[in-house]
Amino acid sequence: MSLVLNEEQRFLQDTARSFFSENAPVEALRKLRDSKDATGYSTQLWQAMAQMGWAGIILPEDYGGADFGFTGLGVVLEESGRTLAASPLFASAVLGASALLLAGNDAQKQALLPAIASGELTLALALEETHHHRPTHIATTAGETANGYVINGKKCFVLDGHSADKLLVVARVSGDTNDTEGLSLFLVDRSADGVSVERTFMADSRNAANIAFEDVHIDSADLLGENGKAWTFLEALLDRGRIAIAAEMMGYALECFERTVQYLKEREQFGALIGSFQALQHRAAHMQSEIELCRSVMLQALSAVDETPEQLPLLASLAKARLNDLVTLTTNEAVQMHGGIGVTDALEIGFFLKRARVAIQILGDTGFHKDRYARLCGY
Amino acid sequence: MEDLEQFRQHVSQWLEENCPASQREPMQAQEQYWGGRNGSFASEDARLWFERMRDKGWIAPEWPAAYGGADLSPQQAKIITEEMKKINARKPIFGLGLWMLGPALLEYGTEAQKQKHLRAIVNGETRWCQGYSEPGSGSDLASLQCKAEDIGDHFLVTGSKIWTTKADECDWIFCLVRTDPDAKKQEGISFLLIDMDDPGVSTTPIELISGESEFCQTFFDAVRVPKENLVGKLNEGWSVAKALLVHERKLMSEIGSDSPRHVLVPNTAAREYLEFDDGKIVDAELRSRLVDYDMQMHAVGLTHFRTFEEKIAGIRSAAPLIMKYVGTEAEKAKSELLLAIMGSRGVGWEGDAFTQSEIDTTRLWAMSYAMTIAGGTSEIQLNVIAKNVLELPQGGES
Repeated sequence: MSLVLNEEQRFLQDTARSFFSENAPVEALRKLRDSKDATGYSTQLWQAMAQMGWAGIILPEDYGGADFGFTGLGVVLEESGRTLAASPLFASAVLGASALLLAGNDAQKQALLPAIASGELTLALALEETHHHRPTHIATTAGETANGYVINGKKCFVLDGHSADKLLVVARVSGDTNDTEGLSLFLVDRSADGVSVERTFMADSRNAANIAFEDVHIDSADLLGENGKAWTFLEALLDRGRIAIAAEMMGYALECFERTVQYLKEREQFGALIGSFQALQHRAAHMQSEIELCRSVMLQALSAVDETPEQLPLLASLAKARLNDLVTLTTNEAVQMHGGIGVTDALEIGFFLKRARVAIQILGDTGFHKDRYARLCGY
Repeated sequence: MEDLEQFRQHVSQWLEENCPASQREPMQAQEQYWGGRNGSFASEDARLWFERMRDKGWIAPEWPAAYGGADLSPQQAKIITEEMKKINARKPIFGLGLWMLGPALLEYGTEAQKQKHLRAIVNGETRWCQGYSEPGSGSDLASLQCKAEDIGDHFLVTGSKIWTTKADECDWIFCLVRTDPDAKKQEGISFLLIDMDDPGVSTTPIELISGESEFCQTFFDAVRVPKENLVGKLNEGWSVAKALLVHERKLMSEIGSDSPRHVLVPNTAAREYLEFDDGKIVDAELRSRLVDYDMQMHAVGLTHFRTFEEKIAGIRSAAPLIMKYVGTEAEKAKSELLLAIMGSRGVGWEGDAFTQSEIDTTRLWAMSYAMTIAGGTSEIQLNVIAKNVLELPQGGES
């Protein structure tokens, strides 16, 4: 367990920082938004990221991965967060790859992981069915057929749902809505008969979709893990996702905060730099404190994925709750401290503000994770 | 790494053999041993435990053996602390000499000062207090007026110091004094060691809202102080003080980890004082505040570990500079939360209607207000972060 980055990870951080600032600055997201880009991210950028090894960053070398571990992934995600780089990194390289690693059999891994690592194949997790994160609230059904299953139901807030090649669908084979028993995870082609995808345009200009499944027939070979027992690995998968998205959120917080501090050193009012005013200094210093606390939480949570998975539930909820609060604080303060220009679309702070609000909803808001942390602590 | 593992085994075994069972029980405030001529052991076991640790050099394990330490590395010292915690071993001795003056003397003291004072601290012969603040110099410490005039072979000290912890029981005081009234504020200050027995030194305790009198005001009426008691160079005491403040703030940020009182922790108190339904606290507001507190302490604890790992790895970060602020604010929040959890049982003051731990908790709540003031207020901590970490432009003096 380490709370400092090693030399290799620091090098990766430098590499990723230059890569994203050169290839995917915030300006690139603005262009995707303004052109209503059909894919929602640059496939060229994704290919370049794949060539850096980041599409398979957590995958073992046997599957063509870079095997950097979660701390390495966290470093790249944080840097991608600094520029709000739109890519399938989270949906495919984190959630997709982790699902296969945790639940896939050898044949499934061999068939899919190399294609994920090369960036050719992208995945998306179709989990949510309500407007709040409720991972056990699954009404989508998977009925057994002669040679497989038939899926019926509706999913929302599926990240990259309209662009991913394959969907990881959480569906119920038995039990009542909200039971942890009776859930299964299936691989479904997005282009399969009966799958209808409606892209949803979100405040952050990134990708999400509502997806309906109507009598979608899939082969029994496309079941991941044991039938009806998906909860045993789903929580671990979601915790990896929570920690990963928190790492990306750390990037928004840092970038927003640094831009704001820089502005405090440039903007003059009343004949003085506004950064010399104690009212603003104390708020900035408080943010620095929150950032330092979150930094420690993130380093611990990321290394726990690889080293002490038994700590994951508590650390994942700690990380997501704290980062939700941190991005709220830093984006709000960034707008306020920039004053009038802070509420203009020309200033990029607005992009961070909006992305932060979407990210807060990904895999659990603060209330969800505070409740879970409390339950894990026995109260 | 293997060496450290062996060391840990050695520590664990030695502690097992040498720490008396009674010294592994939670300690009352009055059982603490602070050394000095007024210090006394609460029991023979306490004396035995202290003497064994002293002879082992583990009172101040990182100090050189020549001054009573054991020449150990920070990693080894941390292992001793961790292993002591594992068996709930009490701290054999408490003191500002050990925590604050000692490290400053190692850095700035003359050989004679080290010889004279360090071993005396480790041996429990001298108890020290700190003379920084004055009635007119709190947050603006550098405006201090207590003066030391050079009158040939010694200094003549006149003025007063406030918030001198238990000065009425101490043997020595380390002071910031003005030695050049004409220089700019920070530049005319020196760091002086003064024997509390010297003629002209007197103390008055100050009663606090907690009902306790941990602090005193200390007066100096033309006290003659030998020149050899100057630490660091004349008029350069501010640097010594700053180095020492780092130790103080680090200490204060860790204060909650070994509270001497029988104070409840919020999570445990919740089980005793709150209603549960199906494993959940019924009061949603208090449950929310409790989880906020637990998460904050989790994050603060991880940041303590991080500062330690960074120190070992030689990495500089802003983390150490935020710890006093977040640590003491969290302690204060904890006291407030405990009161809320305990309801009217959390606001008893004395008498048999309340348990000792209830009264201790209320008293500590009243004491907790000092935590975000002493050693530099939270506002001063934020000033320091704004200036030294964020490098924000400086307006007025701060």
